[in-house]
Amino acid sequence: MSEIRHFKLTCIICPLGCEIEVKMEGDKIVEITGFGCPKGRDYAIQEVIAPKRVVMSVIKVNKGDFPTVSVKTDKPVPKELIPVIMKELAKIEVEAPVKIGQVIIGNVANSGANIIATRPSRKVLPVS
Amino acid sequence: MQNDYDVVVIGGGPAGLAAAIRARELGLRVLLLENRETLGGIPLQCIHPGFGLHYFKEDLTGTEFIYRFIYKFLDMEIEHYTGAHVVSIEPFSDLEKRLRVVTSKGVLDITTTTVIYTTGARERHLFEIGITGHRPAGVYTAGEAQTMMDIDGIMPGKEIVIVGSGDVGLIMARRFALEGAHVKAVIEIMSYPGGLTRNVVQCLQDFGIPLYLSHAVTRIEGTTKVEKVILTKVDENLRPVPGTEKEIECDTVVIAAGLVPYLKVLERAGVIIDPATKGPVVNEHLETSIPGIFVAGNALVINDLVDYVVEQGELAAESAYLYIQNKGIPTKKWRKLVKGRNIRLIVPHYLSGDNDVIIYARVQKPEENVKLHFPEINKEIKLPFVKPAEMIRIKLRKEDITKAKDKITMEVVLNE
Repeated sequence: MSEIRHFKLTCIICPLGCEIEVKMEGDKIVEITGFGCPKGRDYAIQEVIAPKRVVMSVIKVNKGDFPTVSVKTDKPVPKELIPVIMKELAKIEVEAPVKIGQVIIGNVANSGANIIATRPSRKVLPVS
Repeated sequence: MQNDYDVVVIGGGPAGLAAAIRARELGLRVLLLENRETLGGIPLQCIHPGFGLHYFKEDLTGTEFIYRFIYKFLDMEIEHYTGAHVVSIEPFSDLEKRLRVVTSKGVLDITTTTVIYTTGARERHLFEIGITGHRPAGVYTAGEAQTMMDIDGIMPGKEIVIVGSGDVGLIMARRFALEGAHVKAVIEIMSYPGGLTRNVVQCLQDFGIPLYLSHAVTRIEGTTKVEKVILTKVDENLRPVPGTEKEIECDTVVIAAGLVPYLKVLERAGVIIDPATKGPVVNEHLETSIPGIFVAGNALVINDLVDYVVEQGELAAESAYLYIQNKGIPTKKWRKLVKGRNIRLIVPHYLSGDNDVIIYARVQKPEENVKLHFPEINKEIKLPFVKPAEMIRIKLRKEDITKAKDKITMEVVLNE
């Protein structure tokens, strides 16, 4: 018989912020209470089984009009990959120009998501 | 004599770009003035998602959202100056406004029939929230910290305390945590968080960042750099409770104490200001107390969502068109919209009854199982809850508005 675990979470589907409780036995959900709608129930299940987030940051760009371009994952990635992805982003540098939506890293950290640029960078000629 | 322009838009953020695009679509002669070197305004540094869910029905980052408008604006070849600072607006007559503008090429004197003022907001800083003590390096507003990190790529510090739990404070807490800084506390003077629930969950709970409700930072200490903050509990009247002082060591303090409409030039021109919104008093066309001067976006009222800012910009442009067609807003009789129980602010202030009108309002305190009640027109709207952090946005139909003689009260009442 496996141990029973309780999860308490605040729903973010709408501003109401229902307090949902999920009871799990092993990897099986045995009870969900406190949700106000079916969407909230689905959110709670997703959150306890495999929580996902969109990751965003900025990366260094060389010869651009600004020192950085902003980037994000093009879909939500498992929460535990966030630190791994942030480390990869800290290392990377790109050359201007960068287009909005341009893929910077494909399949980042084997997540199935790409890192894409969310702000363009124009190439600026160095002042001599 | 014809004016140089039909409409001059002051400010090239989301409200201004949306207003200029709409005004051009309506065939008006438009000039847009932006005082920074680039178009786009604050969303340029908002790299997080949550933008455009209403307007584009997509979840975009602030940067992606604003570039859709920048590219459209540039494609339409709308005349504009960046690096242009408006020094004064002189309402010479109902049909002529005179603007003095300083640009890198010199001083311009411009005449226009209408002005749309979309300069956004400024951040409240530590002098406005009663923080005493030293003034060392390492104190930033949330917007300054965001510019440093997300435009310039510079980390302001490693051990962070954030003052204020509005959305800007929460989003910066996550940003610092993602970049590996230790966010030691978010401190909120009210007994409830200032920001949207989704931000409390995804920005604080995800990263285990402690939120101190009913607490205030009273002092910052440090000789050359920030060393620590002193915080205390506050009672229900927001006064410090003696004996509850606590220290938190940190190298950076981020002040996220809310926004105030930025109206310097408009105030000098003489518009009437609503002390509740700290923005201008407006009618349903977003026209200020000076005929032909319109206002939209955070210069009008602090909005939660950029989608509403754009909606106001477009409305202001349609209003400028109406004004030019009729040589003034044709309405003669106005009904005043009045704040009732648990309403902190409401916009617009005057309604004609000629149009359906979108009303934006904020409550004073959170309540559950309530209804919005309009006694003079016998209208009720049920709501599961109201929260100060969530702006109320509802549409009043013209058939309802015309039921009232001279005023319409909006109040929050508890469901029996």
